[in-house]
Amino acid sequence: MTSTREEIVQNPYLPYPVRIDEIVTETEDKNLKTFKFVFLDPDDEKKFAYHAGQFAELSIAGKGEIPIGIASSPTEKGFLKFTVNKVGLVSSHLHAMKVGDVMGVRGPLGNWYPWEVLEGKNVVIVGGGFAFTTLRSSIIYMLENRDRFGEIHVVYGARTPGMLLYREELAQWESRDDIHMHITVDATDDPDWKYNVGFVPPITEQKAPQGDGDTYAIVCGPPVMIKFTQPVLDQKGYAHDHIIMSLENRMKCGIGICGHCNVGREFVCKDGPVFTLSQLNQLPKEY
Amino acid sequence: MVEYTEKIREIAKRLLQECKVDAVLGFRSGTIPMMNEPCFVREPEEVDRLIWDSNCGINLCNYLTDRKERIGVLAKGCDSRNIVTHIVENKVDRDQLYVIGVPCQGMIDKKRITAMFEDEVEAVEEKGDTLQITAGGKTSELKKEEVLQQNCSVCIHRNPVIHDEMVADPVPEQEDVDRYADVREIEAMSTEDRWAFFDKLLEPCIRCYACRNACPLCYCPTCFVDESRPQWVGKSQDSDDVRTFHFLRAYHCAGRCTDCGACERACPVGINMRVFTKKLEKDCKELFDWEAGMDPKSRPPLDVYRPEDPDDFIR
Amino acid sequence: MTTFQLDSDRLTEGIDRLHGQYRVIGPVAEGRFHNFRPLQPGQKPDFDFRNTRMSAKQLVYPQSQVMAEYHLDETREDSHILKEVLPDETPRAVFGIRPCDADAFGLVRRNFDTEEYKDPYWIQAYERATLVGLACEDPCRSCFCTSAGSGPYSTGGLDALLVEDPDGGYWFQSLTEKGERLREAAGWKEEAGSGVEDTIAERKKAAESRIVSQVHTDQLRNQATLDLYEAPFWEDVAFSCINCGTCTYLCPTCWCFDIQDETHGKKGCRMRNWDSCMYPLFTLHGSGHNPRGEKIQRVRQRFMHKLKYYVDKYDNGIQCVGCGRCVQYCPVNIDIRRVCELMNQRGSTGAACEV
Repeated sequence: MTSTREEIVQNPYLPYPVRIDEIVTETEDKNLKTFKFVFLDPDDEKKFAYHAGQFAELSIAGKGEIPIGIASSPTEKGFLKFTVNKVGLVSSHLHAMKVGDVMGVRGPLGNWYPWEVLEGKNVVIVGGGFAFTTLRSSIIYMLENRDRFGEIHVVYGARTPGMLLYREELAQWESRDDIHMHITVDATDDPDWKYNVGFVPPITEQKAPQGDGDTYAIVCGPPVMIKFTQPVLDQKGYAHDHIIMSLENRMKCGIGICGHCNVGREFVCKDGPVFTLSQLNQLPKEY
Repeated sequence: MVEYTEKIREIAKRLLQECKVDAVLGFRSGTIPMMNEPCFVREPEEVDRLIWDSNCGINLCNYLTDRKERIGVLAKGCDSRNIVTHIVENKVDRDQLYVIGVPCQGMIDKKRITAMFEDEVEAVEEKGDTLQITAGGKTSELKKEEVLQQNCSVCIHRNPVIHDEMVADPVPEQEDVDRYADVREIEAMSTEDRWAFFDKLLEPCIRCYACRNACPLCYCPTCFVDESRPQWVGKSQDSDDVRTFHFLRAYHCAGRCTDCGACERACPVGINMRVFTKKLEKDCKELFDWEAGMDPKSRPPLDVYRPEDPDDFIR
Repeated sequence: MTTFQLDSDRLTEGIDRLHGQYRVIGPVAEGRFHNFRPLQPGQKPDFDFRNTRMSAKQLVYPQSQVMAEYHLDETREDSHILKEVLPDETPRAVFGIRPCDADAFGLVRRNFDTEEYKDPYWIQAYERATLVGLACEDPCRSCFCTSAGSGPYSTGGLDALLVEDPDGGYWFQSLTEKGERLREAAGWKEEAGSGVEDTIAERKKAAESRIVSQVHTDQLRNQATLDLYEAPFWEDVAFSCINCGTCTYLCPTCWCFDIQDETHGKKGCRMRNWDSCMYPLFTLHGSGHNPRGEKIQRVRQRFMHKLKYYVDKYDNGIQCVGCGRCVQYCPVNIDIRRVCELMNQRGSTGAACEV
């Protein structure tokens, strides 16, 4: 398994140079922006072949890197999209950058939602807040390959209508009859709001189908949402190996080497970020 | 000092049995020569783990920060002064502590003793003020006072400044000690020589932060070296960053440091970073007639102003 | 394998002959301890040590290492683009590595050289170094290499081994092609007399018998991860820990690092620096949440990683070679031998802790 330097073609720590092509402010608090990147070298796009559910390190020279789920779908060609919450040094700097600026993207990293397993199955997506990014990728991927999946349900919640991501696309999906959208907000005083009001767990309880061997749930959201959604899915009969989750941890290298993101023997960056609940049940809760 | 052990166990047992404290903070015997491990004893049946000898140099006050239990804490002179500083700085409540005063005759310098023998030191036994050292199968004797930690050899507060009970009668304090001979030597250097001296002193630093983490004063929730927004200090082995860490840490301890020696003792690469804190200690003594941790009612000189404070540095 | 005979002068002459072809590195006394440093022509390695204070890890994996550089000057075409910086490719000859430290390279390699990802910095530095070990005749009482998959004459990770002969000279054995090339470059040609292999084997056995300390690791794999994780002994193990980085930085098998950008004016570099799972910052999320915010969690992580997660992941022993540095230099005497026994014995009754 050992290698010599000559055999190493790719330095896994070097990002592909990209240019910011478009920036969309997603939410009313302006803390979430979607960045569309184009590779400076078109050949790099081929090397960056990815699956829905993977992430990448967004790399800004002089500031550092942040791991962010890929929001674009592998079926969308010519660009990558990432939706970034402004929290730390790198993300704050990114939020101040402009269209045309050059930076780097390193990846794709990590595993992905188990599309081979999900083929022919019903998929229930449960998402909350800004964790909806790889779920957007997944929805677009599934809709592009619609005949390969059974029923698709999406429960997606945010605090207010203005905090929902990808609002135009949500509306388009709502109008389709091959995907069941259950959009919800914690509260709103908007008289024109025509979707659900309530937290994600009760909406999941009302709208999601019963669990069975042919139905998988993909759950992505803040810890409090996950905590209260899990009993709902248990009650609906979802087996723990049919509940799929995506974890976050502090990471640096993204390739399972630097040691930061371990949960037990697994590295969130390389062995994850996607785990089934039954896998997580075997691991320390260090995430 | 080994004779304190029985008395310490007796006191600890009584305090735990009478529920005067939730735990007793002391030392248990180490797994290698000249090392003991701080430990927390919660049950009266466990007090026999507690021991005392000349290897109890870790400052136990470091373990009191923000604890909520009622704790019986063993305190040498320096520990007690740090406890006072902790009380002044609201890191622990006097009422939650039962200070078990330990008159101290100094802790021995493991690094120095190790370096004195060609062979590895296998065992060290204390007999009064004599140490029996076994190395390479041969046993020899050393006078304890000749191998004390440097801070202990110039210590003038061996007895605890506060206590609820003493394990023995106070020991005589050392008099006519020249506390600052080393500092004066550095002060006498030219600026260039002093800079070169600091460079050489800090060259082995690996930024493990053992000095900081062994220090009871270094309880900041986020140390300035760990701040990321803004980031004050680089994280590499760059000598500017290493120096910045040591200098700033020393300044942060100005007027608070008791010269307990925990920092130097903890350092895995043998740096005497105490020269920095001692310089500031000397300045505090000369400028403000201040010694840290002597009185729970007095605040350190750098967070109070008195009309008679020297002010000729302001121009 | 041929064994060559060197007297002390021939060793020095041979090492001297390597300058120009190799960067020569060896142990040098620094104050009260030894560390690996570049040797100047004419400078002898100082073999009068039990082990170097810092392990040989840093020869291949320096504490601070530049990975890439960049310009922020907008007038440049490559502005904001990271460019790879690889370590100096000049071959290095390293003398005096203790076998425990050398075994650590093999163990750490499992992390840096994987099927999916190759760490070019580690691999190049290792491949371009010829590592000459120094068999250990006088192990410390806290060494437990023989029960940690290594030993005083272990040859894992080495290209050649030097064994001190009783007359003040050395025996030299090449273990790899790299080692053989170094021997030829050094001009060491005199073969040792017949029977030397037996003598070395006897000395090896004698050295092994001088390792007085050991750990038991046979049950670690059988233990359930979550049961070990939730074991009641962690509170007591962790109590005295001050969460410094001494154990991790002195350890030849700890490999974690942080990545940081450092900019000076309009240019800068991306570098990695050793990091430690003992530091709270290691796992701190941007949101402020910290999955290992408590000391007990961090102490447990270090031991679980070395003695359970690694064991399970690679099925190749523990992530420790028994060099004993953490035992000797932990400021508060947390002893991995003791923790290993606690973990190994978890669930069994009556077995006593030997340290």
